[in-house]
Amino acid sequence: MIDLLATQIALPDLITFLIAGCAVVLGALGVVFMRNPVHSALSMIMTLFAIAILFIEQDAQFLAAVQVIVYAGAIVVLFLFVIMLLGVDKKEYLGKDRLRGQRPLAFLAVLIIFVEILTLSRGNWATGAKATVLSTTSPITNVEQIARTIFTTYLLPFEATSVLLIIAVVGAVVLVRRSEERTVGEGQAIELEAESEMK
Amino acid sequence: MGSDPLFLHGITLAVILIVIVKVVVAFAVLLVSVLLMIWFERKVLSDMQNRIGPNRAGPFGILQTLADGTKLFFKEDLVPESADRAVFKLAPYLSVIPAFLVFAIVPVGGVVHIFGHTTELQVADPPMGILFLLVMSSISVYGVTLAGWSSGSKYPLLGGVRATAQMISYEAAMGLSIAAVVLISGSLSTRDIIISQMGTYLGFIPKWNLIRLGVVPFLIFLVAITAEMNRPPFDLVEAESELVGGFHTEYSSLRFALFFLAEFMNTVTMSAVIVTLFFGGASGPDIIGPSWIWPIIWFLVKTGVFLYFYVWVRAALPRLRYDQLMTMGWKVLIPASLAWFLIVAGMQVSSYLGFAVFVIVLILAAFLSRASGIGNLGEQFRLGRSRSVGKGVE
Repeated sequence: MIDLLATQIALPDLITFLIAGCAVVLGALGVVFMRNPVHSALSMIMTLFAIAILFIEQDAQFLAAVQVIVYAGAIVVLFLFVIMLLGVDKKEYLGKDRLRGQRPLAFLAVLIIFVEILTLSRGNWATGAKATVLSTTSPITNVEQIARTIFTTYLLPFEATSVLLIIAVVGAVVLVRRSEERTVGEGQAIELEAESEMK
Repeated sequence: MGSDPLFLHGITLAVILIVIVKVVVAFAVLLVSVLLMIWFERKVLSDMQNRIGPNRAGPFGILQTLADGTKLFFKEDLVPESADRAVFKLAPYLSVIPAFLVFAIVPVGGVVHIFGHTTELQVADPPMGILFLLVMSSISVYGVTLAGWSSGSKYPLLGGVRATAQMISYEAAMGLSIAAVVLISGSLSTRDIIISQMGTYLGFIPKWNLIRLGVVPFLIFLVAITAEMNRPPFDLVEAESELVGGFHTEYSSLRFALFFLAEFMNTVTMSAVIVTLFFGGASGPDIIGPSWIWPIIWFLVKTGVFLYFYVWVRAALPRLRYDQLMTMGWKVLIPASLAWFLIVAGMQVSSYLGFAVFVIVLILAAFLSRASGIGNLGEQFRLGRSRSVGKGVE
Protein backbone atom coordinates (compact mmCIF):
# COMPACT_ATOMS: atom_id res chain seq x y z
CA MET A 1 0.00 0.00 0.00
CA ILE A 2 2.67 2.48 1.09
CA ASP A 3 5.09 1.74 -1.74
CA LEU A 4 2.18 2.02 -4.19
CA LEU A 5 1.67 5.58 -2.94
CA ALA A 6 5.37 6.37 -3.10
CA THR A 7 5.80 5.22 -6.67
CA GLN A 8 2.67 6.65 -8.23
CA ILE A 9 2.01 9.97 -6.54
CA ALA A 10 4.27 13.03 -6.47
CA LEU A 11 4.98 14.64 -3.09
CA PRO A 12 2.86 17.82 -3.53
CA ASP A 13 -0.07 15.68 -4.64
CA LEU A 14 0.43 13.40 -1.66
CA ILE A 15 0.42 16.36 0.78
CA THR A 16 -2.72 17.80 -0.82
CA PHE A 17 -4.36 14.42 -0.71
CA LEU A 18 -3.53 13.85 2.95
CA ILE A 19 -4.81 17.27 4.07
CA ALA A 20 -7.98 17.12 1.97
CA GLY A 21 -8.55 13.48 2.91
CA CYS A 22 -8.31 14.30 6.61
CA ALA A 23 -10.79 17.16 6.08
CA VAL A 24 -13.18 14.79 4.31
CA VAL A 25 -13.04 12.24 7.12
CA LEU A 26 -13.28 14.84 9.90
CA GLY A 27 -16.23 16.50 8.21
CA ALA A 28 -17.99 13.19 7.72
CA LEU A 29 -17.49 12.30 11.38
CA GLY A 30 -18.72 15.77 12.33
CA VAL A 31 -21.95 15.26 10.41
CA VAL A 32 -22.68 12.18 12.50
CA PHE A 33 -21.43 13.25 15.91
CA MET A 34 -22.27 16.94 16.18
CA ARG A 35 -25.18 17.66 18.53
CA ASN A 36 -26.35 20.79 16.74
CA PRO A 37 -27.87 20.29 13.25
CA VAL A 38 -26.29 23.53 11.99
CA HIS A 39 -22.86 22.27 13.04
CA SER A 40 -23.58 19.02 11.24
CA ALA A 41 -24.48 20.94 8.09
CA LEU A 42 -21.25 22.93 8.39
CA SER A 43 -19.24 19.72 8.72
CA MET A 44 -20.93 18.49 5.59
CA ILE A 45 -19.80 21.62 3.73
CA MET A 46 -16.26 20.90 4.90
CA THR A 47 -16.48 17.38 3.48
CA LEU A 48 -17.93 18.57 0.17
CA PHE A 49 -15.33 21.30 -0.18
CA ALA A 50 -12.48 18.93 0.58
CA ILE A 51 -13.80 16.51 -2.03
CA ALA A 52 -13.74 19.41 -4.50
CA ILE A 53 -10.07 19.95 -3.60
CA LEU A 54 -9.42 16.27 -4.29
CA PHE A 55 -11.06 16.70 -7.69
CA ILE A 56 -8.80 19.67 -8.47
CA GLU A 57 -5.79 17.66 -7.41
CA GLN A 58 -6.86 15.12 -10.05
CA ASP A 59 -7.21 17.92 -12.63
CA ALA A 60 -10.97 17.46 -12.76
CA GLN A 61 -11.60 21.18 -12.45
CA PHE A 62 -15.11 21.29 -13.86
CA LEU A 63 -16.25 18.56 -11.51
CA ALA A 64 -14.75 20.45 -8.57
CA ALA A 65 -16.58 23.65 -9.49
CA VAL A 66 -19.87 21.86 -9.96
CA GLN A 67 -19.38 19.99 -6.71
CA VAL A 68 -19.14 23.23 -4.74
CA ILE A 69 -21.77 25.16 -6.71
CA VAL A 70 -24.42 22.46 -6.55
CA TYR A 71 -23.81 20.71 -3.25
CA ALA A 72 -22.28 23.34 -0.99
CA GLY A 73 -23.90 26.28 -2.76
CA ALA A 74 -27.44 25.06 -3.19
CA ILE A 75 -28.29 21.87 -1.35
CA VAL A 76 -26.67 22.47 2.03
CA VAL A 77 -27.86 26.10 1.94
CA LEU A 78 -31.39 24.76 1.64
CA PHE A 79 -30.74 22.39 4.56
CA LEU A 80 -29.57 25.36 6.61
CA PHE A 81 -32.56 27.43 5.50
CA VAL A 82 -34.95 24.75 6.72
CA ILE A 83 -33.05 24.20 9.96
CA MET A 84 -33.00 27.93 10.65
CA LEU A 85 -36.70 28.31 9.95
CA LEU A 86 -37.72 25.31 12.04
CA GLY A 87 -35.50 26.25 14.95
CA VAL A 88 -32.78 24.03 16.28
CA ASP A 89 -33.45 24.29 20.00
CA LYS A 90 -35.84 21.33 19.88
CA LYS A 91 -34.37 18.23 21.49
CA GLU A 92 -35.06 15.01 19.70
CA TYR A 93 -35.37 11.71 21.46
CA LEU A 94 -32.75 9.34 20.13
CA GLY A 95 -33.01 6.55 22.70
CA LYS A 96 -35.18 4.04 20.90
CA ASP A 97 -35.19 3.22 17.20
CA ARG A 98 -38.37 3.69 15.26
CA LEU A 99 -37.24 1.02 12.81
CA ARG A 100 -36.28 -2.04 14.76
CA GLY A 101 -32.87 -3.51 14.02
CA GLN A 102 -31.85 -0.31 12.23
CA ARG A 103 -28.47 0.06 13.92
CA PRO A 104 -27.06 -3.44 13.42
CA LEU A 105 -28.16 -3.28 9.78
CA ALA A 106 -26.46 0.09 9.36
CA PHE A 107 -23.25 -1.28 10.85
CA LEU A 108 -23.43 -4.25 8.52
CA ALA A 109 -23.93 -1.99 5.48
CA VAL A 110 -20.98 0.19 6.51
CA LEU A 111 -18.82 -2.88 6.95
CA ILE A 112 -19.75 -4.18 3.51
CA ILE A 113 -18.99 -0.83 1.87
CA PHE A 114 -15.69 -0.57 3.73
CA VAL A 115 -14.61 -4.02 2.58
CA GLU A 116 -15.73 -3.12 -0.95
CA ILE A 117 -13.66 0.06 -0.99
CA LEU A 118 -10.60 -1.79 0.31
CA THR A 119 -11.04 -4.48 -2.35
CA LEU A 120 -11.52 -1.96 -5.14
CA SER A 121 -8.52 0.11 -4.07
CA ARG A 122 -6.29 -2.93 -4.73
CA GLY A 123 -7.52 -2.98 -8.31
CA ASN A 124 -5.53 -1.59 -11.20
CA TRP A 125 -7.62 1.56 -11.70
CA ALA A 126 -6.74 3.08 -8.34
CA THR A 127 -3.40 4.43 -9.48
CA GLY A 128 -3.73 8.08 -8.59
CA ALA A 129 -3.16 9.01 -12.22
CA LYS A 130 -4.66 12.29 -13.38
CA ALA A 131 -7.93 12.61 -15.24
CA THR A 132 -6.24 14.14 -18.27
CA VAL A 133 -2.57 13.55 -18.67
CA LEU A 134 -1.86 16.50 -20.95
CA SER A 135 -4.20 19.01 -19.39
CA THR A 136 -1.62 21.74 -18.82
CA THR A 137 -0.09 21.68 -22.28
CA SER A 138 -2.71 20.37 -24.71
CA PRO A 139 -5.33 22.81 -26.01
CA ILE A 140 -8.16 20.44 -25.16
CA THR A 141 -8.96 21.14 -21.55
CA ASN A 142 -10.72 18.92 -19.10
CA VAL A 143 -13.88 21.03 -19.39
CA GLU A 144 -13.91 20.60 -23.14
CA GLN A 145 -13.41 16.86 -22.88
CA ILE A 146 -16.35 16.54 -20.50
CA ALA A 147 -18.48 18.62 -22.83
CA ARG A 148 -17.58 16.47 -25.83
CA THR A 149 -18.31 13.26 -23.96
CA ILE A 150 -21.63 14.48 -22.60
CA PHE A 151 -22.91 15.93 -25.85
CA THR A 152 -21.81 13.09 -28.12
CA THR A 153 -21.35 9.66 -26.52
CA TYR A 154 -23.66 10.11 -23.56
CA LEU A 155 -26.20 12.49 -25.06
CA LEU A 156 -29.20 10.27 -24.40
CA PRO A 157 -28.52 9.66 -20.68
CA PHE A 158 -27.77 13.36 -20.28
CA GLU A 159 -31.03 14.45 -21.87
CA ALA A 160 -32.90 11.77 -19.94
CA THR A 161 -31.48 13.18 -16.70
CA SER A 162 -32.58 16.68 -17.63
CA VAL A 163 -36.10 15.44 -18.39
CA LEU A 164 -36.11 13.68 -15.01
CA LEU A 165 -35.12 16.90 -13.26
CA ILE A 166 -37.80 18.87 -15.09
CA ILE A 167 -40.38 16.30 -14.03
CA ALA A 168 -39.22 16.62 -10.43
CA VAL A 169 -39.49 20.43 -10.54
CA VAL A 170 -42.91 20.37 -12.19
CA GLY A 171 -44.07 17.74 -9.70
CA ALA A 172 -42.95 19.88 -6.77
CA VAL A 173 -44.75 22.90 -8.21
CA VAL A 174 -47.93 20.89 -8.75
CA LEU A 175 -47.87 19.56 -5.18
CA VAL A 176 -47.32 23.02 -3.73
CA ARG A 177 -50.05 24.54 -5.91
CA ARG A 178 -52.61 21.96 -4.85
CA SER A 179 -52.05 22.43 -1.14
CA GLU A 180 -52.01 26.20 -1.65
CA GLU A 181 -55.43 26.10 -3.30
CA ARG A 182 -56.76 23.98 -0.48
CA THR A 183 -55.46 26.34 2.20
CA VAL A 184 -56.80 29.30 0.28
CA GLY A 185 -60.15 27.53 0.13
CA GLU A 186 -60.03 26.85 3.87
CA GLY A 187 -59.13 30.47 4.51
CA GLN A 188 -62.09 31.62 2.44
CA ALA A 189 -64.38 29.24 4.30
CA ILE A 190 -63.21 30.66 7.62
CA GLU A 191 -63.74 34.18 6.33
CA LEU A 192 -67.23 33.29 5.15
CA GLU A 193 -68.03 31.78 8.55
CA ALA A 194 -66.78 34.90 10.27
CA GLU A 195 -68.87 37.08 7.96
CA SER A 196 -72.00 35.04 8.57
CA GLU A 197 -71.40 35.17 12.32
CA MET A 198 -71.05 38.94 12.11
CA LYS A 199 -74.34 39.14 10.27
CA MET B 1 -2.92 26.17 -13.24
CA GLY B 2 -4.49 26.78 -16.57
CA SER B 3 -2.97 28.47 -19.55
CA ASP B 4 -0.58 30.90 -17.88
CA PRO B 5 2.67 30.67 -19.89
CA LEU B 6 4.57 31.02 -16.61
CA PHE B 7 4.14 27.32 -15.87
CA LEU B 8 5.08 25.98 -19.28
CA HIS B 9 8.77 25.44 -18.54
CA GLY B 10 8.47 23.64 -15.25
CA ILE B 11 8.13 25.12 -11.79
CA THR B 12 11.34 26.64 -10.45
CA LEU B 13 12.05 28.87 -7.47
CA ALA B 14 11.73 31.99 -9.62
CA VAL B 15 8.28 30.91 -10.79
CA ILE B 16 7.15 30.34 -7.22
CA LEU B 17 8.50 33.77 -6.24
CA ILE B 18 6.65 35.45 -9.10
CA VAL B 19 3.42 33.76 -8.01
CA ILE B 20 3.93 34.89 -4.41
CA VAL B 21 4.65 38.45 -5.55
CA LYS B 22 1.51 38.44 -7.66
CA VAL B 23 -0.63 37.24 -4.75
CA VAL B 24 0.82 39.82 -2.34
CA VAL B 25 0.45 42.67 -4.83
CA ALA B 26 -3.14 41.69 -5.64
CA PHE B 27 -4.00 41.54 -1.95
CA ALA B 28 -2.42 44.92 -1.24
CA VAL B 29 -4.04 46.57 -4.25
CA LEU B 30 -7.43 45.20 -3.28
CA LEU B 31 -7.10 46.44 0.32
CA VAL B 32 -6.02 49.90 -0.79
CA SER B 33 -8.81 50.02 -3.36
CA VAL B 34 -11.29 49.18 -0.60
CA LEU B 35 -9.93 52.06 1.51
CA LEU B 36 -10.34 54.42 -1.44
CA MET B 37 -13.72 52.98 -2.44
CA ILE B 38 -15.26 53.59 0.99
CA TRP B 39 -13.99 57.19 0.92
CA PHE B 40 -15.14 57.63 -2.68
CA GLU B 41 -18.58 56.27 -1.91
CA ARG B 42 -19.07 58.53 1.10
CA LYS B 43 -17.79 61.55 -0.77
CA VAL B 44 -19.88 61.05 -3.90
CA LEU B 45 -22.94 60.13 -1.85
CA SER B 46 -22.60 63.30 0.18
CA ASP B 47 -22.20 65.34 -3.00
CA MET B 48 -25.41 63.83 -4.34
CA GLN B 49 -27.20 64.58 -1.08
CA ASN B 50 -25.90 68.16 -0.78
CA ARG B 51 -23.62 67.42 2.15
CA ILE B 52 -19.88 67.83 2.57
CA GLY B 53 -19.03 64.32 3.70
CA PRO B 54 -15.77 63.26 5.34
CA ASN B 55 -13.30 66.16 5.27
CA ARG B 56 -11.19 65.95 8.45
CA ALA B 57 -8.62 63.16 8.06
CA GLY B 58 -6.06 63.95 5.38
CA PRO B 59 -6.62 65.94 2.18
CA PHE B 60 -10.32 65.78 1.14
CA GLY B 61 -10.85 63.37 4.05
CA ILE B 62 -9.16 60.61 2.10
CA LEU B 63 -7.77 58.99 5.26
CA GLN B 64 -11.19 58.79 6.91
CA THR B 65 -11.47 55.04 6.29
CA LEU B 66 -8.09 54.47 7.87
CA ALA B 67 -9.21 56.42 10.94
CA ASP B 68 -12.49 54.47 11.14
CA GLY B 69 -10.66 51.19 10.72
CA THR B 70 -8.24 52.03 13.50
CA LYS B 71 -11.11 53.00 15.76
CA LEU B 72 -12.93 49.72 15.08
CA PHE B 73 -9.73 47.80 15.66
CA PHE B 74 -9.43 49.10 19.23
CA LYS B 75 -13.08 48.67 20.16
CA GLU B 76 -14.30 45.96 22.47
CA ASP B 77 -15.05 42.68 20.75
CA LEU B 78 -18.45 41.48 21.95
CA VAL B 79 -19.88 37.99 21.61
CA PRO B 80 -23.54 37.84 22.68
CA GLU B 81 -24.50 35.49 25.50
CA SER B 82 -26.93 33.50 23.34
CA ALA B 83 -24.63 33.33 20.33
CA ASP B 84 -23.17 30.16 18.90
CA ARG B 85 -19.60 31.16 19.65
CA ALA B 86 -17.66 29.13 17.10
CA VAL B 87 -19.94 29.90 14.17
CA PHE B 88 -20.24 33.54 15.25
CA LYS B 89 -16.47 33.88 14.98
CA LEU B 90 -16.24 31.92 11.75
CA ALA B 91 -18.89 33.85 9.79
CA PRO B 92 -16.96 37.09 9.00
CA TYR B 93 -14.13 35.09 7.48
CA LEU B 94 -16.56 33.19 5.28
CA SER B 95 -17.53 36.56 3.83
CA VAL B 96 -14.07 38.05 3.43
CA ILE B 97 -12.10 35.15 2.00
CA PRO B 98 -14.39 34.45 -1.02
CA ALA B 99 -14.56 38.20 -1.69
CA PHE B 100 -10.78 38.29 -1.97
CA LEU B 101 -10.37 35.03 -3.85
CA VAL B 102 -12.68 36.05 -6.70
CA PHE B 103 -10.27 38.83 -7.58
CA ALA B 104 -7.65 36.19 -8.35
CA ILE B 105 -9.29 35.26 -11.66
CA VAL B 106 -9.72 38.83 -12.93
CA PRO B 107 -7.15 39.77 -15.59
CA VAL B 108 -5.90 43.26 -14.74
CA GLY B 109 -3.55 43.62 -17.70
CA GLY B 110 -1.91 41.93 -20.63
CA VAL B 111 1.06 39.59 -20.70
CA VAL B 112 4.34 40.85 -19.22
CA HIS B 113 7.94 39.65 -19.21
CA ILE B 114 9.82 39.69 -15.93
CA PHE B 115 13.20 38.09 -15.18
CA GLY B 116 13.08 36.04 -18.36
CA HIS B 117 9.64 34.69 -17.53
CA THR B 118 6.41 35.46 -19.35
CA THR B 119 3.33 35.76 -17.23
CA GLU B 120 -0.24 37.00 -17.34
CA LEU B 121 -1.20 39.91 -15.12
CA GLN B 122 -3.68 37.97 -13.02
CA VAL B 123 -3.17 35.81 -9.97
CA ALA B 124 -4.59 32.62 -11.45
CA ASP B 125 -6.00 31.54 -14.79
CA PRO B 126 -7.54 28.14 -14.03
CA PRO B 127 -9.40 26.18 -16.75
CA MET B 128 -12.60 26.47 -14.73
CA GLY B 129 -12.18 30.24 -14.95
CA ILE B 130 -15.44 32.05 -14.52
CA LEU B 131 -17.01 29.06 -12.74
CA PHE B 132 -14.75 30.05 -9.86
CA LEU B 133 -16.86 33.18 -9.48
CA LEU B 134 -19.96 31.02 -9.01
CA VAL B 135 -18.11 28.74 -6.59
CA MET B 136 -17.01 31.64 -4.43
CA SER B 137 -20.38 33.36 -4.51
CA SER B 138 -22.02 30.15 -3.36
CA ILE B 139 -19.57 29.97 -0.45
CA SER B 140 -20.07 33.61 0.50
CA VAL B 141 -23.79 32.95 1.05
CA TYR B 142 -22.73 31.17 4.22
CA GLY B 143 -20.99 34.22 5.65
CA VAL B 144 -24.17 36.29 5.84
CA THR B 145 -26.49 33.38 6.61
CA LEU B 146 -24.41 31.98 9.45
CA ALA B 147 -23.73 35.44 10.86
CA GLY B 148 -27.47 35.96 11.07
CA TRP B 149 -28.19 32.59 12.60
CA SER B 150 -25.31 32.41 15.07
CA SER B 151 -26.04 35.81 16.64
CA GLY B 152 -28.90 34.17 18.51
CA SER B 153 -31.25 37.09 18.18
CA LYS B 154 -34.32 37.92 16.11
CA TYR B 155 -33.31 40.61 13.65
CA PRO B 156 -30.06 39.02 12.54
CA LEU B 157 -31.91 35.73 12.02
CA LEU B 158 -34.43 37.47 9.76
CA GLY B 159 -31.57 39.08 7.89
CA GLY B 160 -29.87 35.71 7.52
CA VAL B 161 -33.00 34.01 6.19
CA ARG B 162 -33.54 36.85 3.73
CA ALA B 163 -29.92 36.58 2.62
CA THR B 164 -30.25 32.87 1.89
CA ALA B 165 -33.42 33.29 -0.15
CA GLN B 166 -32.15 36.33 -2.02
CA MET B 167 -28.72 34.99 -2.90
CA ILE B 168 -30.01 31.60 -4.05
CA SER B 169 -32.71 33.22 -6.18
CA TYR B 170 -30.34 35.53 -7.99
CA GLU B 171 -27.55 33.00 -8.39
CA ALA B 172 -29.58 31.23 -11.09
CA ALA B 173 -30.04 34.35 -13.21
CA MET B 174 -26.38 35.23 -12.71
CA GLY B 175 -25.26 31.77 -13.83
CA LEU B 176 -27.46 31.89 -16.94
CA SER B 177 -26.17 35.29 -18.04
CA ILE B 178 -22.60 34.06 -17.52
CA ALA B 179 -23.50 31.00 -19.60
CA ALA B 180 -24.41 33.30 -22.50
CA VAL B 181 -20.96 34.91 -22.26
CA VAL B 182 -19.27 31.51 -22.14
CA LEU B 183 -21.29 30.35 -25.12
CA ILE B 184 -20.11 33.18 -27.33
CA SER B 185 -16.51 33.14 -26.06
CA GLY B 186 -16.16 29.38 -26.32
CA SER B 187 -14.10 29.18 -23.14
CA LEU B 188 -14.48 29.39 -19.38
CA SER B 189 -11.11 31.03 -18.87
CA THR B 190 -11.34 34.75 -18.11
CA ARG B 191 -8.25 35.40 -20.23
CA ASP B 192 -9.85 33.74 -23.26
CA ILE B 193 -13.08 35.67 -22.67
CA ILE B 194 -11.09 38.91 -22.94
CA ILE B 195 -9.13 37.75 -25.98
CA SER B 196 -12.36 36.85 -27.77
CA GLN B 197 -13.55 40.44 -27.28
CA MET B 198 -10.58 42.05 -28.97
CA GLY B 199 -10.98 43.80 -32.31
CA THR B 200 -13.67 46.08 -33.68
CA TYR B 201 -16.65 46.15 -36.02
CA LEU B 202 -16.33 48.69 -38.87
CA GLY B 203 -13.12 49.92 -37.30
CA PHE B 204 -14.61 51.82 -34.39
CA ILE B 205 -17.31 49.77 -32.61
CA PRO B 206 -15.50 47.56 -30.07
CA LYS B 207 -16.31 43.85 -30.23
CA TRP B 208 -17.38 43.76 -26.60
CA ASN B 209 -19.70 41.06 -25.33
CA LEU B 210 -22.07 43.86 -24.40
CA ILE B 211 -22.68 44.45 -28.10
CA ARG B 212 -22.22 40.90 -29.34
CA LEU B 213 -24.79 39.50 -26.92
CA GLY B 214 -27.25 42.35 -27.07
CA VAL B 215 -27.51 44.36 -23.88
CA VAL B 216 -29.87 41.99 -22.07
CA PRO B 217 -27.39 39.53 -20.46
CA PHE B 218 -25.36 42.47 -19.19
CA LEU B 219 -28.39 44.03 -17.52
CA ILE B 220 -29.41 40.70 -15.99
CA PHE B 221 -25.89 40.11 -14.72
CA LEU B 222 -25.69 43.62 -13.30
CA VAL B 223 -28.94 43.25 -11.36
CA ALA B 224 -28.12 39.72 -10.24
CA ILE B 225 -24.70 40.49 -8.82
CA THR B 226 -25.98 43.63 -7.14
CA ALA B 227 -28.40 41.33 -5.35
CA GLU B 228 -25.62 38.82 -4.67
CA MET B 229 -23.51 41.51 -3.02
CA ASN B 230 -26.47 42.79 -0.97
CA ARG B 231 -25.80 46.30 -2.15
CA PRO B 232 -28.57 48.87 -2.42
CA PRO B 233 -31.25 48.66 -3.75
CA PHE B 234 -31.06 44.99 -2.74
CA ASP B 235 -29.81 45.51 0.81
CA LEU B 236 -32.81 43.88 2.46
CA VAL B 237 -30.34 41.74 4.34
CA GLU B 238 -29.18 44.63 6.47
CA ALA B 239 -32.20 46.96 5.99
CA GLU B 240 -31.57 49.49 8.75
CA SER B 241 -35.14 50.74 8.84
CA GLU B 242 -36.69 47.35 9.50
CA LEU B 243 -34.04 44.97 10.85
CA VAL B 244 -31.86 47.33 12.96
CA GLY B 245 -28.72 46.28 11.09
CA GLY B 246 -29.74 42.90 9.73
CA PHE B 247 -27.20 40.11 9.91
CA HIS B 248 -24.48 42.24 11.51
CA THR B 249 -26.57 43.74 14.32
CA GLU B 250 -24.69 41.84 17.02
CA TYR B 251 -21.24 42.27 15.53
CA SER B 252 -18.74 44.78 16.80
CA SER B 253 -15.11 45.75 16.47
CA LEU B 254 -12.92 43.93 13.99
CA ARG B 255 -15.53 41.36 12.96
CA PHE B 256 -17.93 44.14 12.01
CA ALA B 257 -15.13 45.76 10.03
CA LEU B 258 -14.52 42.46 8.24
CA PHE B 259 -18.11 42.39 6.98
CA PHE B 260 -17.70 45.85 5.57
CA LEU B 261 -14.36 44.97 4.10
CA ALA B 262 -16.04 42.04 2.37
CA GLU B 263 -18.89 44.17 1.05
CA PHE B 264 -16.63 46.79 -0.49
CA MET B 265 -14.15 44.21 -1.74
CA ASN B 266 -17.09 42.56 -3.49
CA THR B 267 -18.08 45.86 -5.04
CA VAL B 268 -14.60 46.37 -6.44
CA THR B 269 -14.22 42.76 -7.57
CA MET B 270 -17.63 42.56 -9.19
CA SER B 271 -17.07 45.80 -11.08
CA ALA B 272 -13.89 44.22 -12.37
CA VAL B 273 -15.78 41.05 -13.31
CA ILE B 274 -18.43 43.05 -15.21
CA VAL B 275 -15.65 44.78 -17.12
CA THR B 276 -14.04 41.42 -17.86
CA LEU B 277 -17.21 39.71 -19.03
CA PHE B 278 -18.94 42.45 -21.00
CA PHE B 279 -16.59 45.36 -21.65
CA GLY B 280 -13.48 43.78 -23.07
CA GLY B 281 -11.64 43.79 -19.75
CA ALA B 282 -8.07 44.93 -19.88
CA SER B 283 -8.01 45.80 -23.55
CA GLY B 284 -8.11 49.03 -25.49
CA PRO B 285 -5.99 51.07 -27.86
CA ASP B 286 -2.40 51.92 -26.90
CA ILE B 287 -2.05 55.67 -27.10
CA ILE B 288 1.51 56.53 -26.13
CA GLY B 289 4.33 55.00 -24.11
CA PRO B 290 5.01 51.37 -23.14
CA SER B 291 2.38 48.94 -24.40
CA TRP B 292 2.10 46.94 -21.19
CA ILE B 293 0.75 49.86 -19.20
CA TRP B 294 -2.30 50.69 -21.36
CA PRO B 295 -4.34 47.54 -20.61
CA ILE B 296 -3.96 48.29 -16.90
CA ILE B 297 -5.08 51.90 -17.41
CA TRP B 298 -8.09 50.85 -19.52
CA PHE B 299 -8.99 48.27 -16.89
CA LEU B 300 -8.85 50.83 -14.09
CA VAL B 301 -10.89 53.38 -16.05
CA LYS B 302 -13.61 50.87 -16.95
CA THR B 303 -13.77 49.52 -13.40
CA GLY B 304 -13.92 53.06 -12.02
CA VAL B 305 -17.00 53.79 -14.13
CA PHE B 306 -18.81 50.88 -12.53
CA LEU B 307 -17.70 51.83 -9.04
CA TYR B 308 -19.24 55.25 -9.65
CA PHE B 309 -22.34 53.56 -11.04
CA TYR B 310 -22.81 51.58 -7.83
CA VAL B 311 -22.56 54.68 -5.68
CA TRP B 312 -25.01 56.46 -7.96
CA VAL B 313 -27.51 53.59 -7.74
CA ARG B 314 -27.25 53.64 -3.98
CA ALA B 315 -28.08 57.34 -3.90
CA ALA B 316 -30.84 57.14 -6.47
CA LEU B 317 -32.94 54.02 -5.86
CA PRO B 318 -35.12 53.05 -2.88
CA ARG B 319 -34.87 49.58 -1.39
CA LEU B 320 -37.05 46.87 -2.93
CA ARG B 321 -39.77 45.20 -0.93
CA TYR B 322 -39.28 41.49 -0.27
CA ASP B 323 -42.06 40.32 -2.61
CA GLN B 324 -40.83 42.69 -5.33
CA LEU B 325 -37.38 41.16 -4.93
CA MET B 326 -38.70 37.63 -5.38
CA THR B 327 -40.98 38.57 -8.29
CA MET B 328 -38.11 40.29 -10.04
CA GLY B 329 -35.74 37.36 -9.52
CA TRP B 330 -38.01 34.45 -10.41
CA LYS B 331 -40.57 35.92 -12.80
CA VAL B 332 -38.48 38.42 -14.72
CA LEU B 333 -34.76 37.75 -14.57
CA ILE B 334 -34.68 33.95 -14.81
CA PRO B 335 -37.17 33.64 -17.74
CA ALA B 336 -35.51 36.57 -19.52
CA SER B 337 -32.02 35.10 -19.14
CA LEU B 338 -33.22 31.66 -20.23
CA ALA B 339 -34.93 33.07 -23.32
CA TRP B 340 -31.93 35.20 -24.22
CA PHE B 341 -29.63 32.24 -23.74
CA LEU B 342 -31.68 30.30 -26.29
CA ILE B 343 -31.54 33.23 -28.71
CA VAL B 344 -27.76 33.46 -28.36
CA ALA B 345 -27.44 29.71 -28.90
CA GLY B 346 -29.59 29.94 -32.02
CA MET B 347 -27.50 32.84 -33.28
CA GLN B 348 -24.37 30.75 -32.93
CA VAL B 349 -25.57 28.05 -35.33
CA SER B 350 -27.75 29.90 -37.84
CA SER B 351 -26.99 32.32 -40.64
CA TYR B 352 -26.96 35.87 -39.37
CA LEU B 353 -29.50 37.55 -41.64
CA GLY B 354 -32.20 34.90 -41.42
CA PHE B 355 -31.77 34.70 -37.70
CA ALA B 356 -32.01 38.46 -37.27
CA VAL B 357 -35.30 38.55 -39.21
CA PHE B 358 -36.63 35.67 -37.12
CA VAL B 359 -35.72 37.32 -33.81
CA ILE B 360 -37.14 40.70 -34.85
CA VAL B 361 -40.43 39.05 -35.83
CA LEU B 362 -40.46 37.17 -32.52
CA ILE B 363 -39.83 40.28 -30.47
CA LEU B 364 -42.41 42.28 -32.41
CA ALA B 365 -44.98 39.52 -31.92
CA ALA B 366 -44.28 39.45 -28.21
CA PHE B 367 -44.64 43.25 -27.98
CA LEU B 368 -47.85 43.28 -29.99
CA SER B 369 -49.47 40.52 -27.97
CA ARG B 370 -48.40 42.21 -24.77
CA ALA B 371 -49.68 45.61 -25.89
CA SER B 372 -53.04 44.44 -27.24
CA GLY B 373 -53.57 41.91 -24.47
CA ILE B 374 -54.69 39.33 -27.06
CA GLY B 375 -51.79 36.96 -26.69
CA ASN B 376 -52.36 34.17 -24.24
CA LEU B 377 -48.85 34.64 -22.85
CA GLY B 378 -49.35 38.31 -22.20
CA GLU B 379 -52.67 37.63 -20.53
CA GLN B 380 -51.18 35.08 -18.18
CA PHE B 381 -48.27 37.32 -17.40
CA ARG B 382 -50.55 40.16 -16.44
CA LEU B 383 -52.71 37.88 -14.34
CA GLY B 384 -49.66 36.62 -12.50
CA ARG B 385 -48.61 40.17 -11.95
CA SER B 386 -51.86 41.50 -10.64
CA ARG B 387 -52.11 38.55 -8.28
CA SER B 388 -48.70 39.15 -6.70
CA VAL B 389 -49.86 41.59 -4.02
CA GLY B 390 -51.22 44.08 -6.50
CA LYS B 391 -48.11 45.95 -7.44
CA GLY B 392 -45.70 45.00 -10.19
CA VAL B 393 -41.94 45.18 -10.26
CA GLU B 394 -41.36 48.76 -11.27
